[in-house]
Amino acid sequence: MPKFEYAPAPESRAIVDLASSYGLFINGELVDGTGSSFKTINPATEEHLADIAEASAADVDAAVRAARAAQTRVWGRMSGAERGKYLFRIARIMQERSRELAVLETLDNGKPIKESRDVDVPTAAAHFFYHAGWADKLEYAGLGTSPRPLGVVGQVIPWNFPLLMLAWKIAPALATGNTVVLKPAETTPLTALLFAEICQQADLPPGVVNIVTGAGETGRALVEHPDVDKIAFTGSTEVGKAIARSIAGTRKRATLELGGKAANIVFEDAAVDQAVEGIVNGIFFNQGHVCCAGSRLLVQESVADEVVRRLERRMKTLRVGDPMDKNTDVGAINSKAQLQRITELVDAGEAEGATRWTAPCELPTRGFWFAPTVFTDVSQAHRVATEEIFGPVLSVLTFRTPQEAVAKANNTPYGLSAGIWTEKGSRILWMADQLKAGVVWANTFNRFDPTSPFGGYKESGYGREGGRHGLEAYLQTGEGA
Amino acid sequence: MSTTTATSRARDLLGVSSLSNASLTTWLHGLPGVDQVGCEARAAALGTRSIKTTSKAWAIDTAIGMIDLTTLEGADTEGKVRSLCAKAVTPDPLDPTTPHVAAVCVYNDMVGIAKDALKGTGIHVAAVATAFPSGRASMPVKLADTKDAVEAGADEIDMVIDRGAFLSGRYRQVFDEIVATKEACGQAHLKVILETGELVTYDNVRRASWLAMLAGADFIKTSTGKISPAATLPVTLIMLEAVRDWRELTGEMVGVKPAGGIRTTKDAVKYLVMVNEIAGEDWLTPEWFRFGASSLLTDLQLQRQKLATGAYSGADYVTID
Repeated sequence: MPKFEYAPAPESRAIVDLASSYGLFINGELVDGTGSSFKTINPATEEHLADIAEASAADVDAAVRAARAAQTRVWGRMSGAERGKYLFRIARIMQERSRELAVLETLDNGKPIKESRDVDVPTAAAHFFYHAGWADKLEYAGLGTSPRPLGVVGQVIPWNFPLLMLAWKIAPALATGNTVVLKPAETTPLTALLFAEICQQADLPPGVVNIVTGAGETGRALVEHPDVDKIAFTGSTEVGKAIARSIAGTRKRATLELGGKAANIVFEDAAVDQAVEGIVNGIFFNQGHVCCAGSRLLVQESVADEVVRRLERRMKTLRVGDPMDKNTDVGAINSKAQLQRITELVDAGEAEGATRWTAPCELPTRGFWFAPTVFTDVSQAHRVATEEIFGPVLSVLTFRTPQEAVAKANNTPYGLSAGIWTEKGSRILWMADQLKAGVVWANTFNRFDPTSPFGGYKESGYGREGGRHGLEAYLQTGEGA
Repeated sequence: MSTTTATSRARDLLGVSSLSNASLTTWLHGLPGVDQVGCEARAAALGTRSIKTTSKAWAIDTAIGMIDLTTLEGADTEGKVRSLCAKAVTPDPLDPTTPHVAAVCVYNDMVGIAKDALKGTGIHVAAVATAFPSGRASMPVKLADTKDAVEAGADEIDMVIDRGAFLSGRYRQVFDEIVATKEACGQAHLKVILETGELVTYDNVRRASWLAMLAGADFIKTSTGKISPAATLPVTLIMLEAVRDWRELTGEMVGVKPAGGIRTTKDAVKYLVMVNEIAGEDWLTPEWFRFGASSLLTDLQLQRQKLATGAYSGADYVTID
């Protein structure tokens, strides 16, 4: 029995007012869909949370028509300053209702309340604040003198950061004068539906934001809809490729933010205690359900044993369990399907001869759980080193020289992010220059800010989100504008 | 430990034939660096732990038992010291279940008075020595100061390092002073004050911690309380990592004492969480962790009463010393 046991410190769910069923948000109103419905559950308990409408092709069409009307009649004509006021209002309401959003996100997603409270919700609000400021300054963004909106944007987002990905998508689209039809992931629709309520509370003109819930078919109807001008997608590389194929030959533009297998590179001169924290944060943050997760640890051979020993010691202190407990560090896996995928890859890792170590922890009996795990003796050819696991599983590889670190880090079809840990500034600059990754963190990992562009190389996608670069993806610029 | 054994043990640990300033420099500068941003982020993250109900009650009593109740004023008198000692023994006369503190910390001319007032209680008397707080005196004066306190009955000596020597790279001098003071302590435990507010960087804090442990410190302590900033969570984090790593290297445990600026129960609980998750639960006893504080005890008592009765009594219901 530990000397200093932390008593349960559960966040109250009383602040959330869950309905038994939810419709679609079309033209400013929550309406019943014409399709069937599906259930959303709490992955930590398998508790049924609510029934969600599955938008049919007809529903998607209604949403796109509402978005088109709002874009041509209201939002596209409104001055940037006025649009900015709405975005500021949305941002403030998100802050005011932050606890409600955080609790709902944790219930529906399984992530620790600590993360939804301290990362997801504040960063989502920050995206609205940041883009609100751009709305009346687009002519000065260096994207031509009269940048114009694209029109109607279809947006499809994943389940790992439901509200935050919504903010990444909606805030820049609205700031630049576009209207949107957004499809949240089928396992995590609830915060998007609460966001619909926030749009109403902010008096956002009807049709500017439309939210259609559903699974793959709904997403396909949205992507293939002829009156959508642009697709913005975050999710798997497999679906991203399908989207790129389906819109090839059309006028539609696309930004795709896809998978990753990021290298987190630790040199022998790194600040070792902070590097260990960065490794932990890189792969166990959000249960490893992070496209830019540092899932491949590349550690210099001279310090590999020492770093792994310290890492395993640190992993023993991770608190895995009830996501609603304020002291939980690692929550539930988002779905049964994802848990199966993680289990399959981990089994493959063992079968291929990598050495598995799992932090000792008691997992709840109900819900979907996977204990933090690290693989050593991993070769570049193992599946755990090449495939995106999207779970709390780290593969450790070693290198001898900076050149070898770069070669191994870049030896992947992905290129979303990378981390460098060294006390030598010149090496950071040299490495950042060599790495084929959209984001390179130096002596930190998994830091997100609305001012900083985010996006991938190679099969991690194209286009950037956030910052000035992110605006460009939502604007017609240059001579033709 | 005598000077020769301390030096020969240090030579063994460093793997050198002569303990020169150069060999100490190579060793200390070879310790892994500290990234300031990451260190502060980790300390802040640990500060968000939510400690409630039974855990909070345990933490409050544990913290009270770890206090070095301190008065280090030019205006200290026998009356002041006696009244502080009374509070140390019985912090809350209305609730005899309240634990007593670990020690009373005074200037060395007050050691005899405190010793007398605490007779038979098991509470230690700690004395600050070596020309506290600046440490700017010659070595014979510092040693006389130490011996004086020990002869008056001090159980623990809180010495200061020569920050000037440390910052100018004269590590051997700092080492020698700690070794000599330790020898002068005899049976008394030696706490080595690094005065982290003057060392400024976390790299310096880590090096000074290792240097003090190498020289035989029983405890490493953040601050005198006379320099701002005094104890901070990130500085204490670095020192807890140092004692953890030192035990891995040598098998020996060294204590940690943050001192100065810790005034609230909330702060104390954050420190205990940090001890628990960084150094480990072995350090969660007064033998290995102390708080150097004066007003902290009052807030711990208030929170203790709140937990017991469900209502805040207010500062008027807790004795000031």
